Amino acid sequence: MAAIVSVQNVRKTYADGFEALKNVNLEIKEGEIIALLGPNGAGKTTLISTICGISSLTSGKINVDGMDISSDYRKVRAMIGLVPQEIALEPFETVINSVKFSRGLFGKKKNTAYLDEILKTLSLFDKKNAKVMTLSGGMKRRVLIAKALAHEPRVLFLDEPTAGVDVELRKDMWNTVAKLKKQGVTIILTTHYIEEAEAIADRIAVINGGEILLIEDKDALIARMGKKKIRIDLVDPSTEVPAQLASYDLDLAADGKALTYTYDINSERTGITGLLNDLQAAGLQMRDVQTQQSSLEDIFVGLVQEDTK
Amino acid sequence: MNFQAVGAIYTFEMARFFRTLKQSFLSPVLSTTLYFVVFGTAIGSRMEAVDGVEYGAFIVPGLIMLSVMTQSISNASFGIYFPKFIGTIYELLSAPVNFLEIVVGYVGAAATKSLFIGLVILGTAYLFVDLDIQHPIAMVCFLVLTCLSFSLLGFIIGIWAGNFEQLNLVPMLVVTPLVFLGGSFYSITMLPPIWQTVTMFNPVVYLISGFRWAFFGQADVAIGVSLGAISLFTLACLAFIWWIFKTGWRIRS
Repeated sequence: MAAIVSVQNVRKTYADGFEALKNVNLEIKEGEIIALLGPNGAGKTTLISTICGISSLTSGKINVDGMDISSDYRKVRAMIGLVPQEIALEPFETVINSVKFSRGLFGKKKNTAYLDEILKTLSLFDKKNAKVMTLSGGMKRRVLIAKALAHEPRVLFLDEPTAGVDVELRKDMWNTVAKLKKQGVTIILTTHYIEEAEAIADRIAVINGGEILLIEDKDALIARMGKKKIRIDLVDPSTEVPAQLASYDLDLAADGKALTYTYDINSERTGITGLLNDLQAAGLQMRDVQTQQSSLEDIFVGLVQEDTK
Repeated sequence: MNFQAVGAIYTFEMARFFRTLKQSFLSPVLSTTLYFVVFGTAIGSRMEAVDGVEYGAFIVPGLIMLSVMTQSISNASFGIYFPKFIGTIYELLSAPVNFLEIVVGYVGAAATKSLFIGLVILGTAYLFVDLDIQHPIAMVCFLVLTCLSFSLLGFIIGIWAGNFEQLNLVPMLVVTPLVFLGGSFYSITMLPPIWQTVTMFNPVVYLISGFRWAFFGQADVAIGVSLGAISLFTLACLAFIWWIFKTGWRIRS
């Protein structure tokens, strides 16, 4: 797939000297969902704001669909929709008028049927004539999405779209994102919820301290960096790890009833067979054995901690 | 030109005006009525005619200018400051629009609102005094130009303002005194010579003088000078707004 958004050597330094983006390079493929993961202040919102034209870049180049974001700003911006992190809406206006405003602002002619369809998809249709100030927080967030979609964008930036949203609504939004992907919309998502990235993203980019630490296919990332844990429940509690098993780096549960062994699924020798044999030799009887693959969260925390060191 | 965007901004801003139509309509009617009761009837009846014009009628152009200038500034400054305050400015900054389209939308709506108020005051004035506008086309031109130029100034103030206090500071501390001292309620010739010279540094004098000429055919300043002054002021505001959007001053990080 061709890159629809291309970020090359982008730096952003604020007037106070703070370097929010340090030589960022990122290629976003058309039609994919990419999740930008990073802790607070990592540069996620700055990167999005810079691509969307809200923030100016200090150096570097950003192209969208082959066009420069500065010299071809009209064509580029008409292709992009942005859902900001903060809920920012005109409180006294109705939902439909807010959405109509967005469509017009982005240069599109009126299309009531299309806007009604968006409102239906986002379960906002019955609130179309309600004033924004009367809506709940979750509904306001959906209005932001409706506004971002009002001009039929090909690229959609979602800056923490489900922050402060209940679980049910979060799942609804994931469904909406999946529908948009089917329609061919490229989606760039920043999130704090790693399960969100795990659930809906095709690729993951980890950003910290204004630098992209990693960009990789989500499944490949989990498989490549993933570690597995094997938990062995014991019949009789043990007070310490037997000396014969010292070479395995085992963790003994506080109650002494379980041993946990972490291993790399990609290594040639996982050590499982030897461990199980040695457990028997040490006279420990097993009640149960469970394995667990490390989540994206573990990988993310590991990467960011390593970068901070 | 992104006409759709201009139309969207203009419609959205006018909707704010229509939501508070009663207040927008009643407030100028009431204040004008009070001015006429106090200055026109109570005090005006004891005053001589100014340059042959009955005092009640004489103050009409100044009264319209006073409201139009303050309303233009407050409408335009609030129009652009409010999106900054509530955060919706992000949409404007990420939209495929240039500075001229943003200005035409916001300033056009602010100027329309103050033009409406100016016409309401004029209509109210007819209830109290006999008016015979000598140059109606010039009157409308001056009115529209004043609405536009002061809305441009208001737009700049709205971008500059960092809080609501600053938003009210310039209209309250600068514009209102300039309008009151700009000959709204008197002819400059009524001042001592030294103050006549000082007052010529007040740009509002040229606007009120020109506007009064359109009504009564008499002016403190030559009509060409008045027209030149208001045109210069409009161009200066436009140039400053162009610079704001070019540099991102106070709007783009």
